Amino acid sequence: MKFNEQWLREWVDPPVGSEELCEQLTMAGLEVEAVEPVASGFSGVVVGKVLSVAPHPQADRLQVCQVDVGEGEPLGIVCGARNVAPGMLAPVARVGARLGDDFTIKKARLRGVESQGMLCSAAELGLAEQSEGLMSLPEGARPGDDFRDFLQLDDVSIELGLTPNRSDCLGVAGIAREVGVINRSPVTEVDTAPVSATADAVFPIEVEDPRACPRYVGRVIAGVNARAQTPLWMQERLRRSGLRSISPVVDVTNYVMLELGQPMHAFDLDKLERGVRVRMAREGETIELLDGQQVTLAGNTLVIADAGKAIAMAGIMGGQETAVGDDTRTLFLESAFFSPQAIAGRARQYGLHTDSSHRFERGVDPELAVRAMERATRLLLEITGGEAGPVVEVTDAASLPRHDPITLRAARLRRLLGAAIPRPEVTEILRRLGFQVRESEGESWEVVSSSARFDIAIEADLIEEVARIHGYNHLPDSRPAARLAIESAAATTTRDRRMRLLLADRGYQEAITYSFVDTALQSLLDPEQTPIELANPISSETAVMRTSLWPGLVQAVMHNLNRQQRRARLFETGRKYLRKEGRIVEQPVVAGAVTGLVSPEQWGMENREVDYFDLKGDVEALLALGGSAAQGVRFSATGLHPALHPGQAARLLLEDGATVGWLGVLHPRVSKALKLDQNILVFEVSSNIMGGERVPVFHELSKFPAIRRDLAIIVDEDVPAASIRACIEETAGETLQQLQLFDVYHGKGIDSGKKSVALGLTLQAFSRTLTDSEIDALIARVLQQLQNTFAATLRE
Amino acid sequence: MQLDPLVKQAMEQIAAAADLAALDRLRVQYLGKKGVLTDALRQLKDLSPEARPKAGQAVNQAKQQVHQAIEARRQALEAAALEARLARERIDVTLPGRGQTTGGLHPVTLTLERIEELFARIGYEVAEGPEIEDNYHNFEALNIPENHPARAMHDTFYIDAETLLRTHTSPVQVHVMQSRKPPLRVIAPGRVYRCDSDVTHTPMFHQVEGFMVDENVSFTDLKGMLSDFLRAFFDKELNVRFRPSYFPFTEPSAEVDIECVICGGAGCRVCSQTGWLEIMGCGMIHPQVFKHVGIDNEQFTGFAFGLGVERMAMLRYGVNDLRLFFENDLRFLRQFN
Repeated sequence: MKFNEQWLREWVDPPVGSEELCEQLTMAGLEVEAVEPVASGFSGVVVGKVLSVAPHPQADRLQVCQVDVGEGEPLGIVCGARNVAPGMLAPVARVGARLGDDFTIKKARLRGVESQGMLCSAAELGLAEQSEGLMSLPEGARPGDDFRDFLQLDDVSIELGLTPNRSDCLGVAGIAREVGVINRSPVTEVDTAPVSATADAVFPIEVEDPRACPRYVGRVIAGVNARAQTPLWMQERLRRSGLRSISPVVDVTNYVMLELGQPMHAFDLDKLERGVRVRMAREGETIELLDGQQVTLAGNTLVIADAGKAIAMAGIMGGQETAVGDDTRTLFLESAFFSPQAIAGRARQYGLHTDSSHRFERGVDPELAVRAMERATRLLLEITGGEAGPVVEVTDAASLPRHDPITLRAARLRRLLGAAIPRPEVTEILRRLGFQVRESEGESWEVVSSSARFDIAIEADLIEEVARIHGYNHLPDSRPAARLAIESAAATTTRDRRMRLLLADRGYQEAITYSFVDTALQSLLDPEQTPIELANPISSETAVMRTSLWPGLVQAVMHNLNRQQRRARLFETGRKYLRKEGRIVEQPVVAGAVTGLVSPEQWGMENREVDYFDLKGDVEALLALGGSAAQGVRFSATGLHPALHPGQAARLLLEDGATVGWLGVLHPRVSKALKLDQNILVFEVSSNIMGGERVPVFHELSKFPAIRRDLAIIVDEDVPAASIRACIEETAGETLQQLQLFDVYHGKGIDSGKKSVALGLTLQAFSRTLTDSEIDALIARVLQQLQNTFAATLRE
Repeated sequence: MQLDPLVKQAMEQIAAAADLAALDRLRVQYLGKKGVLTDALRQLKDLSPEARPKAGQAVNQAKQQVHQAIEARRQALEAAALEARLARERIDVTLPGRGQTTGGLHPVTLTLERIEELFARIGYEVAEGPEIEDNYHNFEALNIPENHPARAMHDTFYIDAETLLRTHTSPVQVHVMQSRKPPLRVIAPGRVYRCDSDVTHTPMFHQVEGFMVDENVSFTDLKGMLSDFLRAFFDKELNVRFRPSYFPFTEPSAEVDIECVICGGAGCRVCSQTGWLEIMGCGMIHPQVFKHVGIDNEQFTGFAFGLGVERMAMLRYGVNDLRLFFENDLRFLRQFN
């Protein structure tokens, strides 16, 4: 809602300056979003009267005017405007006038004729975006008067960002009411007394759906001059309130809307058939709107129709065919109350949003319809002339919004606010807001809200009103009291926090990527999942919900590669979104992507590209944070991920065989598709397995010495190390305290297709020292078992 | 036996010993079991009993002398060897250290953790809720019916007619209150989504919702607690003001403004010359919301509040472009390590 301060002050004029007035509005909940001067800071411009116009001797397009500026001799001014004429009143920038920071009017010779100033157009004064010809001023302007004073340009436009509950302030009258309440100032209403009919003409009104349109007020005004000029004062108010002047009839309806908050519409009566009917649209019915748009209506849309067809979308926009034009002689003026429920969402349904729909869907005071009609009639008769017929009102009282009494309890007020507000102040605030208030026995009030307010239905609403006008900041601050019970720690946050710190300490930078990703990128990186699609994505790059954190992370790595960052280690914790058996599952995961050198470039260390085992070390460290589920995770080389290198990737399996993550090098095919010139390695682990507190269990320490035996065995290349370990652990039993795999060797001395694996076994018994023969026997058993299982031989 | 020339010779040889091994050979030569001086001591038995004490004293003196010389030389050689070693082992300690450098957390995470920690101090626990929500939890239970103008302001991403990406963290309020009974002190951090993308909007951002429900929770409590929180968060005695506003799920409702942390309230570009920054929304939980979750509106009162995490991070760290948070540029991220 935008309006100018002078207009408001005509209604209510508290003894506060502009700045304080705006502060008051903001602190009452009507946030002032912008305050702008209504004109640029020009000076030295006065009202001038053109006395004579003579052709310029040297230039066809220029004319030489004698202009009366109130004092001394008339000024000779050269002017190129076509509309300049003797007798015209127009703004004159005198010599020395400033029209802008670096635009000062000087005495000038134009094609040999001296010009002692400039006759101005509205655009030249910054009062219009563009204008044709000079700005013509109305009768009554006195030559020599300062133009700023004449137009009262020392004024500001105030723009309010209103919350949707405050539709009552979508008119200057409503804002004036608030200002009056805040300052305890009287508010002056405009004249909305009935304008007596001077003609008999009426047009029948039939409301088919009184619930959607509880009140419809119409009036015929005959014999209007639709070509009349909108008075300058009204044009200026419209301009200062952000609306363009269009035609006198439209200007008047807009003016009344801005003033009182009642949207109105004028039809050209001669284009209407028989009478108006307020009804629901017939499914598929079409209408051409004022903005030229052809719309096919849905059955849930209320329309104004005549005998033939829909002529307006009720409360949203009128139709083109019945619009008022320059030749319109007879108006049918509409001022109605459409219920918010009937209008809400409808404009949006057609991609529309109008000043009218904005008001009706939030609620327009139903008591305004008749008053607005009288106000508009008065203004129209002044401007366009004509004869007004009688007001015809169709009201279904039962369908009007009800305002039942609401009980406000002093105790509740005090309890909810945490502070007491004196009883007389409460009563006064509620009364000034226009509510009917009755103080009742037992410390309470019976309150009936005003018809202008659609947001006062329950006790809490009244409490807000009282607190708001009293001033939130005049209430004290207190601290909540609470019972000091110890709650169990929130497992997820501590879990995620610990994981994030671990990865950060291992050189990873945390990333946060969008939950929606590019469809193509995701199908490259996670081809086997069908992602959840957004019905209304912003772009194709954010069209589907991620089924993996890899698309976002890989994209982030690529963003950095493209900016000369050749080494990147990124991780993210967050959810991925899957559909499982028709249900949406949000699964928390931790994932990472790394590329480039394993360590930062350094002077004293051989560096190399990061590889699978570097990443695996990070994943193992991560799993070590988890509970027993995470401790039991196995790395399996079977059933691999399609986006990963089949020979350098692993699936993470729980003991029960469930997949809980992946790690590995991106498949060369994927790298190629992404035009990568270096490897990216990725991992993803389900955070759910990281949960569960693991309470360490103490084992007593053995007092007897431990013995280490090293073995080197030769096995087939494809025997997994994990299987060898498992075989040894099982065979050696609890005597085996530790098993270190300390070397893997291929090459000289080992047949091709084979590898040598070196293992260190640390053996210890709890209750005695192991004898050499016991150890020898155990090692022999282990070797035998390795031979049986993997055809392993001892390396000589 | 002529001791003096022998001692003199020993002294010369000891002084000339170049290393510990040579010195040890001299020790053996003079003082060892078959050493010259040991031998001299042994020969005393051949002397007359009268001559023995004097000669014995002289030999012992010589032994002592040689021994001391060897020890002194040993210490000198050891000290020199250590010096040499230390000189040899000297390195440029200003060269960079080896190994992995540490990374760091995202500024949004740092901000979230700071917020969580401050509320944890007064007993708030953390709750989470789904990001893919239904109409009921995101809107209806929060008193935002179909076609309500507030819905239009939310620019919702839909999956289908009933399913959407949550537009705020407020639905977590509903989830928690549906499943638990007061007293409740909960904050709910998380991702939220709005169909809006430009210089000052990203389609995804983070919010923290918080609420407290108990028998006598009041609006002045809310004011006091949030003022404390904001001052603690920005670590500054900020001016805080509460401005009437509107949220369908609170009544009374307020916007919270803080004195601009950039200009200190004098007016700058960040605060649009007002000196104030809109920082969070709050209010007393609407009776309609309590009704939806089955909490007795007469027995209990509650307040709720919500804030945008990126905005807090931007103000705390002076970040001037929201979009940087989601580009994950290492040059940006490393600034928060």
